[in-house]
Amino acid sequence: MMYVSARLNSLTMIEQLYYTRYFHDRIFDIDGGVYSLNVGIVGYGVYIPIWRIRVDEIAKVWGHDPNTYREGLGVEEKSVPSIDEDTATIAVEAARNALRRAPEVPPNNIGAIYVGSESHPYAVKPTAATVAEAIGATPSLTAADTEFACKAATAAIQACMGLVSSGYIDYGMSIGADTAQASPMDALEYTAAAGGAAYIIGKSKVIAEIECTYSYTQDVPDFWRRDGDIYPRHAGRFTGEPGYFEHVVKCTLGLMEKAGLKPSDFDYAVFHQPNAKYPLRAATMIGIPLDKVKPGLVVPWIGNTYSGSSLIGLAAILDIAKPGQRILMTSYGSGAGSDSFSLMVTDAIEEKRRLAPPVRYYIDRKVYIDYATYIKLRRMFKGVDY
Amino acid sequence: MEFPLYKKRDVAIIGIGSSKFGERWDKSLRELAWEAAVPAVEDAGIQGRDIQLVIFGNMSGGLFVGQEHVGALIADFLGLNPTPAIRVEAACASGGVALFQGYLAVASGLYDVVAVGGIEKMTDVPSDRATLALTGAMDSEWEAYFGATFPGLYALIAQRYMYEYKLSRETLAEVAVKNHYHGSMNPLAHFQFKTSVERVISSPLVADPLRRDDCCPISDGASCMILVPADKARKYTDTPVYIKACTVASDKLALFEREDIVTLKATVEASRNAYRIAKLSPTDIDVVEAHDCFTIAEIIALEDLGFVRKGEAGRLYEEGETYVGGKLPVNTDGGLKAGGHAVGATGIKQVVELVKQLRGEAERGRQVSNAEYGLAQNVGGSGATVVVTIVGR
Repeated sequence: MMYVSARLNSLTMIEQLYYTRYFHDRIFDIDGGVYSLNVGIVGYGVYIPIWRIRVDEIAKVWGHDPNTYREGLGVEEKSVPSIDEDTATIAVEAARNALRRAPEVPPNNIGAIYVGSESHPYAVKPTAATVAEAIGATPSLTAADTEFACKAATAAIQACMGLVSSGYIDYGMSIGADTAQASPMDALEYTAAAGGAAYIIGKSKVIAEIECTYSYTQDVPDFWRRDGDIYPRHAGRFTGEPGYFEHVVKCTLGLMEKAGLKPSDFDYAVFHQPNAKYPLRAATMIGIPLDKVKPGLVVPWIGNTYSGSSLIGLAAILDIAKPGQRILMTSYGSGAGSDSFSLMVTDAIEEKRRLAPPVRYYIDRKVYIDYATYIKLRRMFKGVDY
Repeated sequence: MEFPLYKKRDVAIIGIGSSKFGERWDKSLRELAWEAAVPAVEDAGIQGRDIQLVIFGNMSGGLFVGQEHVGALIADFLGLNPTPAIRVEAACASGGVALFQGYLAVASGLYDVVAVGGIEKMTDVPSDRATLALTGAMDSEWEAYFGATFPGLYALIAQRYMYEYKLSRETLAEVAVKNHYHGSMNPLAHFQFKTSVERVISSPLVADPLRRDDCCPISDGASCMILVPADKARKYTDTPVYIKACTVASDKLALFEREDIVTLKATVEASRNAYRIAKLSPTDIDVVEAHDCFTIAEIIALEDLGFVRKGEAGRLYEEGETYVGGKLPVNTDGGLKAGGHAVGATGIKQVVELVKQLRGEAERGRQVSNAEYGLAQNVGGSGATVVVTIVGR
């Protein structure tokens, strides 16, 4: 693109118009079809902490019926961060795995790093700068933390797409990572988990081309955490219909309309996974068979990793997808909005995905802990100087 | 005391309207009133300006949506100012009491055209706040203060009843199964799906023996009716439905103060008076709307209303006689369990359903054939207020 810009200056106005339109059409819109943004994922990586706590263990402490929660949420266990793990360390681990899958990308060639999270260790002091430093991307880059509940990182992928496709940077990295907070005894406690995923966006050697993206946003008070509050609060069942389903379903339908695609055009679909029931129901509402969703459904074994949720699900699909297959991903962030993506897997996937551990590795790598240990690891004991 | 002490004239219902019940996050309190009142006015073939008095039942607009002064709000939003508009409250019997007040206003000869309604918007607050608001319907000093909740109180009733009359867990579940079956055919019902005994008895335990599917939901909704003197009803409609009796009785607020917790004395008292005023007996009733806030409540209601002897209601459910087509169809709109329980609206919603049944306007599959008389029982709290209304063609 920089080459094109330089050329334009030496052309007549008519020629400039012609060229601008030619490239505009090529880059941004093709009649009635899929976008050709010419950008895609060049590397991806995930990280999930080793500790797990079972739903039954939490239910035992509160005197809840474990079957109600296990079956109601479709979740067996959730990941728990270790005492020295936080969003920054999870983001770094995921970023390193993403770089392993993109050996052609020198870290200092990454022009933008964004970390989307609800649990940045600092209210003021960017996680993104820590990650950039740790992976050797500093100092010539832009970096920022983003916040949009659980979809902060998919919004950042869109920002990277803009910066890359415009030629402003060569590579951008978006990371979604969380050590999700939940008030003890709240229904959220059964699912709020820890984990993250990193995606490198670029133009060459892409493993999945991003064909199209569409977003859907409205001001909806379904789930929130005010500044200074320790735990998020939510509006119970209101988080369902007017929150998750309104946005996930309409955003996905919007994407399909924009891209001229129908449910049967997709080989896999990933939706934000606050529990196992919501994404499956959303798929049914959209008309996508459940066996296209289940391969990316990781929530039963790791819980809801908030900003990492849909992106770890996407990684689980990239771990198994074949070249030429099309993947749908729709994130959801309370407050509320969704970002929907259509991805086309390329030949490059075969050689690259072997370069870092798959999602399955992290799901299987686990050690169970009891509730007291969980409280220790989450630093929730009062009066203890950790 | 003999009733009625004095009645100047009979009362007829000439128009009915109900909103869709459920989680109505798309509508505010006032919009729900509109959704019920406008169809009622249109059904009656009158104009808003013809209405001389508005009475709405509403349990707790203050705790649910921060809105008191609900009477004036409704008159304002419906464009009825300066018509007198009053909100009445008797917990979950607020709607029934609104009907009672409207009935008095017309029967006494003071008013000719009265709109009575009920309304509640409960899902704008989290369920713990809604539970707290509902707790206000019990004896706050002697029950709520010590941690009682309504599922807890009705669970005590259920435990005692099951112990005394050997009611099985499965039979109790049949109440919910039947109400869901009826609700599945009612487009205004909160839950429009069928359920099964297995599903009910394996749903999460709330207060032993009551499970989630024994309990009615928290709903948003509104219902409205237009009352006129019986002798003027034919001027408005060819299908008036007459209020044969509308009675209210009260009882001890706290459950533990009652001699017998498996009978609601207020139901017995109000229904006995209602039958006498209407000059009818339980065998004349073709369709019943009973206040099934919990499955056990419907079982007890059928006994207290005199349809069967104490301890025998279970058999009606085992034999399927409470379904449409059975000997005693109960809660043909799905009741509170499937139809929804927007507390202030319920007493009116029940009678709206009876009017539909008597006019023959219920949806296919849930229309009782040739219903002539219907009875509604609307309970406040655990039975401290009960309104019984008998309507006939």
